[in-house]
Amino acid sequence: MIQSVRPSIKLLSKEFIEKIIDEAFVILEREGVFVENKEALELLREAGMRVDQSSQRVHITSQLVEDCLSSTPSSLKMFDRECIKDYTVGENCVHFNPGSAAITIFDHKTSEERKAVTIDLVKFYCLTDCLEHIHFQSTGLVSSDVPEMVSDSYRLYLGLQYSSKPVVTGTFRVEGFKPMFDMLAAVRGSRKKLAEKPLAIFDACPSPPLKWSNLTTQSLIDCARAGIPSELVSMGMTGATSPITIEGTLVQHVAENLSGIVICQLAEKGTPVIFGGSPSSFDMRKGTTPMGAIETMMIDSAYTQIGKRLNLPTHAYMGLSDSKIIDSQAGFETGIGTILAALAGVNIISGPGMMNFESCQSLEKLAIDNEICGMAYRLIEGISQREEPLAQNLFEGFTSETHFLSMAHTRKWYRKEHTFPKLIDRDTYDYWVSLGKKSISDRASEEIDELLQKNPPTILPDDVTKELQKIMLSDAKKYGISSLPELKQ
Amino acid sequence: MNNEEFLLKIEKSIVEGNRDEAETLARKALEANMDLNKVIEKGYVPGIQKVGVLWEKGEYFLPELITSAECMKAVMAILQPELEKTNIKLASLGKVIIGTVEGDIHDIGKNLVASILSANGFDVIDLGADVKLEKFIKIAESEEADLICLSALLTTTMIGQKKVIETLNERNLSGQFKVLVGGAPVTQKWADDIGADGYGENAMIAVKVAKNLMGK
Repeated sequence: MIQSVRPSIKLLSKEFIEKIIDEAFVILEREGVFVENKEALELLREAGMRVDQSSQRVHITSQLVEDCLSSTPSSLKMFDRECIKDYTVGENCVHFNPGSAAITIFDHKTSEERKAVTIDLVKFYCLTDCLEHIHFQSTGLVSSDVPEMVSDSYRLYLGLQYSSKPVVTGTFRVEGFKPMFDMLAAVRGSRKKLAEKPLAIFDACPSPPLKWSNLTTQSLIDCARAGIPSELVSMGMTGATSPITIEGTLVQHVAENLSGIVICQLAEKGTPVIFGGSPSSFDMRKGTTPMGAIETMMIDSAYTQIGKRLNLPTHAYMGLSDSKIIDSQAGFETGIGTILAALAGVNIISGPGMMNFESCQSLEKLAIDNEICGMAYRLIEGISQREEPLAQNLFEGFTSETHFLSMAHTRKWYRKEHTFPKLIDRDTYDYWVSLGKKSISDRASEEIDELLQKNPPTILPDDVTKELQKIMLSDAKKYGISSLPELKQ
Repeated sequence: MNNEEFLLKIEKSIVEGNRDEAETLARKALEANMDLNKVIEKGYVPGIQKVGVLWEKGEYFLPELITSAECMKAVMAILQPELEKTNIKLASLGKVIIGTVEGDIHDIGKNLVASILSANGFDVIDLGADVKLEKFIKIAESEEADLICLSALLTTTMIGQKKVIETLNERNLSGQFKVLVGGAPVTQKWADDIGADGYGENAMIAVKVAKNLMGK
């Protein structure tokens, strides 16, 4: 049987990739990066790097970068809460997760954005849990009914209770790591088991250009030591916080990511790190950062290609939209981004459900995007040889009356060759009218209610839930918060 | 194997669209001199009914629907001569003349409706595609049909459906036959406008409409 070809897309020639990497190396060595974290500066100094304590600038040699690259795993495995399913993050594997971390939710009933509260987060996690093509959950919404100081740990606290899927998360404060780490270890059973079978990925965003804040650097170090994979989210904005040209932004992107890898590897040699980002084409007319711009997607696809050349797992913010409502723009920006990301072979794709740059999550859009992800999976599966011979036997003795509907061949293959999305409209006009002329978001809203009713979340063992509550409450108490919103099971 | 198991096996063969198995079981029933009426009514018919249920539930799609219907057809081709020999009359839901109208060579939808109608107990005479309008009426009269089913895939040939109904009215035959229309461009509104007795959005609905018209 002839092997199928995995469809892929390449934006850069080998020569171009090498030139970008070379310049990134030069910048790190000659100009250096800012690292606003004492512990990291100490690690870098110990590794023999030239550190200017007063400006917190550190020059990283090409040799150290090469060493750190060679100790970074080219792929890693994520495990769900129950350790039933595992997911390879590397090679050309593709896993979608909802874009994170939105500050508002799009309310289907009012068609307006509003602040999210606990019940929205619960619904969001439960929905993520039952969407087939969304492999990972993310702490994608910030809950406005708990004080900001604990909003990072609170997101994870709910996510771990309402979805079994591996989680992409991150800290909003240096102190946030400890309770979040404790919760993950409580769910897994122990810190050791958590390191063996990672349940969470922590995002860490450098501040462009070329600066690692105290918070993100601490997250890198803490994660490295805990065996938690860090996802580096460089986010240059062309012409504003990174060079205007795509090549220039790529050079900065690679330099930032490489410096992040160095910090992680110095903290703990061999720790998993994901080469990722959320750069954007900066709109000079509006002063905004369109995630649905084709140039944004070009930067993402190109740095993914570079990440693969460096033999690293990759991540990107793709498959999201800047639209404020669920309209044609929301669909095509998400569709184009999702397909390109899948073709580029991005290992972790953050985006589904997201709109209005990276500020709003929509449950309806998430359900719709799940179907776009399904299309992307079908696409990268490629065209397989199913039969030998392919089809010539089907035409033996054919007549003008021959049709294929009743052939056993059709019945055997149609569900494997073709996908059947649920929300996408393929009805005849009359039937669509008879169903009430519904839009895709209307259908999504109904489908969500049905899905949530049919798929109640798997409840954690009682002692684990109690342990999570204990950790969350003691974190909250440090800020004088004595109670948290009540959770209804 | 007892009778009940045998009937369940028959039902399963239809649900799975396993033509070889369905035919083998039909021959076995003949060899064993079984009560063919019972074999059909308690074995094959429940099978095709189950297929209809699975279709309505959204579990079965067109390929399952048609392969199962074709199984029924193949089985009936085996059992029919024996039924005629022994003078057993199967309860038919009605006699149907079906075809794609003049100028239109598209027949996949029409084939589907014909197969499903036949599998569900209608006596179907399929005139094929590009059928002269006069032929529908002539055959319907000579065969003493109950239903005339007119298929059209083109907006340009839909008009043929209207012409058949007009001709039936002119000849005072409209009370004699019920006319069903279908095809991609056809809508309930079109069916109402031209005075058709029924319209089916898809093959399964066509069966329901046909059954209703026959008072079944």
